[in-house]
Amino acid sequence: MWGVVLRSILGSLPVLLIVSLITFGLMRLIPGDPAAAIAGMSVTSEQLELIRKDLGLDEPFVVQLAKWYGGLLQGDLGRSILMGQEVMEVTMIRLPVTIALSLYALVLTLALGLVSGIIAALRQNTVVDQLTMVFSMIGISVPNFFLGLLMILLFAVHLGWLPTGGYISLWDDPVGWLRTSTMPALSLALLQMGLLARITRSTMLEVLRQDYIRTARAKGLPGRLVVVKHALTNALIPITTVVGIIISLSISGAVVTESLFSIPGMGQLLTQAVLNRDYPMVQGGLLLTTTFLVLVNILVDIAYALLDPRVRYERS
Amino acid sequence: MNGPEGVAVARVADDAPLEEDFEVAAQRQSPWRMTVRRLFRHRLFLMGLGLCSIILLAGALAQVITQTDPTRLAMRWRFRAPGQDGFIFGTDNFGRSLWSRVVWGAQLSLYIGFSVVALNAVFGTLIGAAAGYFRRLDNALMRVNDALMAFPAILLAIAITAVLGASTFNAILALSIVYIPRTARIVRASVIVLREMEYVQAAVAAGAGHWRILRRHILPNAMAPLIVQLSFLFAYAVLSEATLSFLGLGAVPPTPTWGNIMAEGRQYLVEAPWIITIPGIALMITVMGLNLLGDGLRDVLDPRLRIQQ
Repeated sequence: MWGVVLRSILGSLPVLLIVSLITFGLMRLIPGDPAAAIAGMSVTSEQLELIRKDLGLDEPFVVQLAKWYGGLLQGDLGRSILMGQEVMEVTMIRLPVTIALSLYALVLTLALGLVSGIIAALRQNTVVDQLTMVFSMIGISVPNFFLGLLMILLFAVHLGWLPTGGYISLWDDPVGWLRTSTMPALSLALLQMGLLARITRSTMLEVLRQDYIRTARAKGLPGRLVVVKHALTNALIPITTVVGIIISLSISGAVVTESLFSIPGMGQLLTQAVLNRDYPMVQGGLLLTTTFLVLVNILVDIAYALLDPRVRYERS
Repeated sequence: MNGPEGVAVARVADDAPLEEDFEVAAQRQSPWRMTVRRLFRHRLFLMGLGLCSIILLAGALAQVITQTDPTRLAMRWRFRAPGQDGFIFGTDNFGRSLWSRVVWGAQLSLYIGFSVVALNAVFGTLIGAAAGYFRRLDNALMRVNDALMAFPAILLAIAITAVLGASTFNAILALSIVYIPRTARIVRASVIVLREMEYVQAAVAAGAGHWRILRRHILPNAMAPLIVQLSFLFAYAVLSEATLSFLGLGAVPPTPTWGNIMAEGRQYLVEAPWIITIPGIALMITVMGLNLLGDGLRDVLDPRLRIQQ
């Protein structure tokens, strides 16, 4: 068991190393003078010099690289140009907002996607199955910002059930959080629900055809028991790996969704940073978000090993 | 994720010395014909083809089927509802015809989608084949690949366009960088399996060079999963481009893209909901059409990946 944990952590180290290298290199790809790009149109040469010094752009490449990694080891990602605060500090405030939203979307996805996938598999080739698959197809084809806009129009403008945007912290007011987060979470979840329903259905169909399921039924076990205990537990194993993808999709999707619903999370932060050419913020935010996702994937790997004895024994 | 073995066996026969013989050439066509016939019997594939054709036709004939310049301002025709005053899809806040803008937007979306797919087909295959075939390159190439795939797709694309600046070309570049690792991974997976097949070993033993083995024996059989991947990729590319331009990071206005039409229409959500709805539906039709095409291609080309019908 510990072998699996150790292995997935060690396996992620080179990925993280290269991710940080790419993030570092990205900012050096700015065509022309990065300081001028950051400063905008009207600046004096002294101001340019100041920006260059501030970002360490006046130093040789190797020194910049060494400083970047030195900073990383101390959790120092530089300062946001726009807000003047530490990138790390801002991220630690904003990231939990996005994570909470993503988890809400994940819960919706699991509740609706998983259940509809299982039902579709059990009722294969019936109207229920076909309807589920049609809805899944719509789910994976509607852009989340379009869905978000349509929901604002219907639930906020016409029906007046929910606010058009804004954000209330989960800790301050859970009901308020639900009111402000439900539309964004739904618009994020639809794509993933579609994906999950399709995957669950095909995995379930495969499992249901196995011999041991037939044996279980032949023994005279009640149908529900066969489905829940024998089929589902085994079908869930490959589905665990999808959870990592779903969280990654949520965080990607949150970029637009948060801007749409004015939620002060990572997505909105990064979009604003990008539009204002706040490069240290873009760089740090990208790196931290990706690191978070790598950690999620390590957890998914471990969960996978825990659930599937074959993986556990093979690897340890 | 490898090609059907039946095809692999057929390829061995293809390599017979009588390559130029007409009869052999005729036989070689038949698996293709069979595939096409099966595709045309696949209901969902046909639906996808129908949806894609609508958009493709609109994009290709943009010049012919639109009368007004999509960027021409006509303030006295502002906010006409669809059908009003002869505007099929209505007008936006500057009085520009939405029909015109959405049709030209289709052309741009398809252009970007095709470009990303073409770049993926070339570089994804090159990197995937190199990593899968040459064991020495595998580790280095795949580590970089894994790292690029660790970034959330849209976030990386946004960061790249942020650095390079917003433009159509940079959007294509950013989306290619984001998706090529995913394509390469799929090609690599097929190549690794095919490399160990007996007919490839036989070709090695017969003294064929690396290039010939890859080109004639391995890559043709790795095509099926690649084609399936590329059709889904087209859908992601169109969707991601719309997202980028919705955020103001795609083609620069007034050039119409579905994303930036919707971004502009957002302020008039209540007074003129058609400004976001029409490009949104166009986008949905495209993506759904491509997804259905992809499902159909997967069912026919790669039966082992099939979602059971």
